[in-house]
Amino acid sequence: MIRGKQIVLALLILLVLWQILAMLVQMPILPSPYLVLTVLVKEVFQGKLAGHFLASFWRVFASTFLAILFASPAGLILGQSKKIGKMAAPFIYLLYPIPKVVLLPVILLFLGIGDLSKIFIIFVILFFQILVLVRDQAATIRPELIQSVRSLGAGRRALFRYVYLPASIPGILTALRQSIGTAVAVLYVAELFATQKGLGYYIYLNGSTLFNYPAMYAGVVAMSVLGLGLYFVVDAAERKLCPWLSFK
Amino acid sequence: MINVQNLTFSYQTGLPVFQQFNWLVEKGESWVLLGPSGCGKSTLLYLLAGLRFPNEGQVLINGNMIKRPRPETGLIIQDYGLMPWATVFQNAALGLTIRDFYGPDGKHAPLGAVDDLSQVEFWLERLGLLDVKHKYPDQLSGGQRQRTAIARTLAIHPDLFLMDEPFSSLDAPTRESLQQLVLELWREQNLTLVTVTHSIEEAAILGQKILLLKQPPNTEAQIIHNSQMNQPLFRQTAAYQEVCQDLRERMLI
Repeated sequence: MIRGKQIVLALLILLVLWQILAMLVQMPILPSPYLVLTVLVKEVFQGKLAGHFLASFWRVFASTFLAILFASPAGLILGQSKKIGKMAAPFIYLLYPIPKVVLLPVILLFLGIGDLSKIFIIFVILFFQILVLVRDQAATIRPELIQSVRSLGAGRRALFRYVYLPASIPGILTALRQSIGTAVAVLYVAELFATQKGLGYYIYLNGSTLFNYPAMYAGVVAMSVLGLGLYFVVDAAERKLCPWLSFK
Repeated sequence: MINVQNLTFSYQTGLPVFQQFNWLVEKGESWVLLGPSGCGKSTLLYLLAGLRFPNEGQVLINGNMIKRPRPETGLIIQDYGLMPWATVFQNAALGLTIRDFYGPDGKHAPLGAVDDLSQVEFWLERLGLLDVKHKYPDQLSGGQRQRTAIARTLAIHPDLFLMDEPFSSLDAPTRESLQQLVLELWREQNLTLVTVTHSIEEAAILGQKILLLKQPPNTEAQIIHNSQMNQPLFRQTAAYQEVCQDLRERMLI
């Protein structure tokens, strides 16, 4: 377990390195962290950065929620039913490695330029990650365990509640942890297209159109905070929902 | 209590494990199913538990044909079947939690069952698990896991107690103390006990009657009576040695 103190220390060291680099480079495209942070505060309270942040947050939140909602039960079924799992395996094998982000233009054409297309592309990426991890985890639930719980009177519903559900939570959380980075990266790409809301748009606008580099970096920091925040949420959820994992 | 009539059972591949097999168990008896691997002893236990079903013939418990796991039957499997994500208390309470989940419908829980969680505390205390009740199975010793599984089974007030190679992965002192514990509980709770084992010594200690199974197909019940197992310190008697020797010879045939 990494402790809070260590994280703060690492953050400080990274900021110092950034500062040193900025002083060495001495160019507008690499402003110092101090300047970026003052701009960040200003943009949040006086500008529109908070609004962009919320737009991005909503897209990630909605897509993650939907991905968990659809992928976990599907993964459970694939992992527990040998027949269905076998049937689906070749399809997943073909579809899983496709870089879904390249489908973005197609998805924009089908779902339009609103929030839906952006939520959908992140959903698709997370869906496959969670599906595969939950499936593999569900397949490791030993049949003996199921039998012994059935012998205590459990039918399908109780098995789901007391065995399958708790057994799949670690898989869901691992999948989320692994795909948060990808999700935020895809969010950035998705927000470059046909939108005027979101951190991706904000970063691109300030960096490539307005040439306001400190503001662009403020956007980058905001996006990092978004990713980091989601990471913290997953960590906290794991401590809360899976306390037994720390004794493995 | 248990009446196996004309039982024929085979897995999809291969010979029948049981063919026209008959077997009777009276209430309150302690039986051991003994035999080499692949003889069908675990299969018979799972048939009693309602987790497998005969191809022909029937398994009756208290006169009722077994079509699904019976709420009054307790089963302990080889590696205890504990849920790694649940504490000792939650594991031990699982049977009652499931009954609560369905309500006393006669199918998942006995009709009119009013179980309260104080039963769980009682058994945890009786089995010396109160100190570890908030721990997870990964933090326990093998003996503690086995006792948790026993607590879970006794908390549902079974009248029939089935165990599949319950002590095979434990060290000798733990195994012997748990064998004594099970015998104590058997007498005290008026249970009908059926234990599957491949160990001759265990069969002699736990089995008032021993059902010896051979390479399939099993057609006839070969039964060894071991009524002397009730005497104190049976393990140290000559009678115990004789039973073991007798079983050893019979298993060779």
